[in-house]
Amino acid sequence: MRWFSPSAFRVWQRNRDVFLKLWRSEIPGFLAEPILIILAMGIGLGAYVGMVDGQRYVEFIAPGIVAGYAMFSASFECTYGSFIRMEYQKTYDAIIATPLSIEDVVAGEIFWGATRAMITTTAVLTIATLFGLIHTPWAILVLPLGMLSGLMFASIAFSFTSLAPSIGSFNYFFTLIITPMFYFSGIFFPLDSFPTIVQRLSWVAPLTPVANITRSLVQGEFGYSMIWQLLVIVCIATIFFCLSLVLMRRRLLK
Amino acid sequence: MSAILTKSIVKRFGEIIAVDGVDLEVQEGECFGLLGPNGAGKTTLVKMITAVLPITEGKAWLAGIDVTQNPRQAKANIGVVPQEINLDPDLTVIQNLVVFARYFDIGRAEAKERASANLDFFELRAKEKAKISELSGGMKRRLLIARAIINEPQILVLDEPTVGLDPQTKRMVWQKLISLKEQGVTQLLCTQNMEEAAVLCDRLAIMNEGRIAALGTPGKMISEYGGSWIVEAKFDPKEIPSLEAELSSLGVYWQKLGDTIYIFEPNGVNIESILAERLLVVSRRVPSLEDVFLRLTGRSLQE
Repeated sequence: MRWFSPSAFRVWQRNRDVFLKLWRSEIPGFLAEPILIILAMGIGLGAYVGMVDGQRYVEFIAPGIVAGYAMFSASFECTYGSFIRMEYQKTYDAIIATPLSIEDVVAGEIFWGATRAMITTTAVLTIATLFGLIHTPWAILVLPLGMLSGLMFASIAFSFTSLAPSIGSFNYFFTLIITPMFYFSGIFFPLDSFPTIVQRLSWVAPLTPVANITRSLVQGEFGYSMIWQLLVIVCIATIFFCLSLVLMRRRLLK
Repeated sequence: MSAILTKSIVKRFGEIIAVDGVDLEVQEGECFGLLGPNGAGKTTLVKMITAVLPITEGKAWLAGIDVTQNPRQAKANIGVVPQEINLDPDLTVIQNLVVFARYFDIGRAEAKERASANLDFFELRAKEKAKISELSGGMKRRLLIARAIINEPQILVLDEPTVGLDPQTKRMVWQKLISLKEQGVTQLLCTQNMEEAAVLCDRLAIMNEGRIAALGTPGKMISEYGGSWIVEAKFDPKEIPSLEAELSSLGVYWQKLGDTIYIFEPNGVNIESILAERLLVVSRRVPSLEDVFLRLTGRSLQE
């Protein structure tokens, strides 16, 4: 496996420049959905949900929504976004004719995906705060967590992209992996009432530790479990990041 | 020192041999043409030389730098104009140049200055803020070259830079390439356009099936492989075996396409007088680079 160089930052800068040019057209889309889900699920459905400890349902789901939308951001960026740049716009071909290597492109793309997750985390956390759902300043730690989880989800998505035969393949990625994770990572309901197999699947889902840590931070509760859950995130991110480096080199040199 | 040097480089994709041992030496300041039919291995060869595709066997140097050992450094010295238009559609015309300059670690102020100068040189000033989708084919090709020279390369590698252009735009691009050559930029030009090769190239190589079939100046290639005349004639199909036997015995090269035969008449032989009764001569003309090309890559033509 070959490693990337600091030039990966050039790829990140390219994506940032494009984002700064186009963000006005993207903002409504990526803010509307989390607001909608807080209103519909949190406030609408929440009126019928009684929590054991007297917590409001909307407060219970808010941290998970922050974590979930960060996942969606990184995943969209490094699947559809990356695939379009690679296959349709031939941006990668143009870049690897300059001093940059394939690994620089991969790392730059993944770091950009992580940055998108961080931007979404900031936006959704701000919305949650405006809805009065955040009560502790510790919640600010959710931002660096957003970057780390973004790195993990961007790496997972990019690994899939380096294998995807066509843009239609991403339908499977979202309907079979990302969306189920969103609903079965303990964001909306505890999984105690589900069969053991569902609970086990939920524990290996990468969103679960992210949602758990986010919830702890937003509630200002710290514990050892947070450390090993962070370790899980770092491990998954490392594995898929390396996998992306190897798989994309193989794909582009075919 | 040669600008481009390769020592028996080979590229294999599994069982397929795309480039089969190519030795090439391009001098500084020279425009060197690489001609060959589709699938001859030109693009693969160029991708290896420009450090994009790993070399299976052999070695290549750009301005003395080993492309396998120091790909970054090797790529920093060159400009590449790809066959496929891969301008960045998310960026404007000027941003394409500035962002590309950043890949070479060129500072922002310097990048803007160069981008601006290149837009003037390629007569794209009016389109500075346009989207790529708003450009015509000719403008896109010009912008590709403007982008390729943003790092002020010593060596420019061009893969069919005028394909699909109208005659006016094609000549304009040629003029730009000639003026870059006058500035001392070495050029490696892949093309299928014989006129382009004749206008621009000091020397050229004809590639066929992954190998170099012939190499020299355009004039030398024509005199060596074209003969003194090309005789185009019709024939009676029944006569063909005896006709071919006769031509072989004379040591003359010919090509048959449908009901027409092209005979490469060497100096001092008059085919017409020898085979007058069996051939209906249609025309007689001075050989061109295209005839040389057809002769050297003839086998792929018949497939």
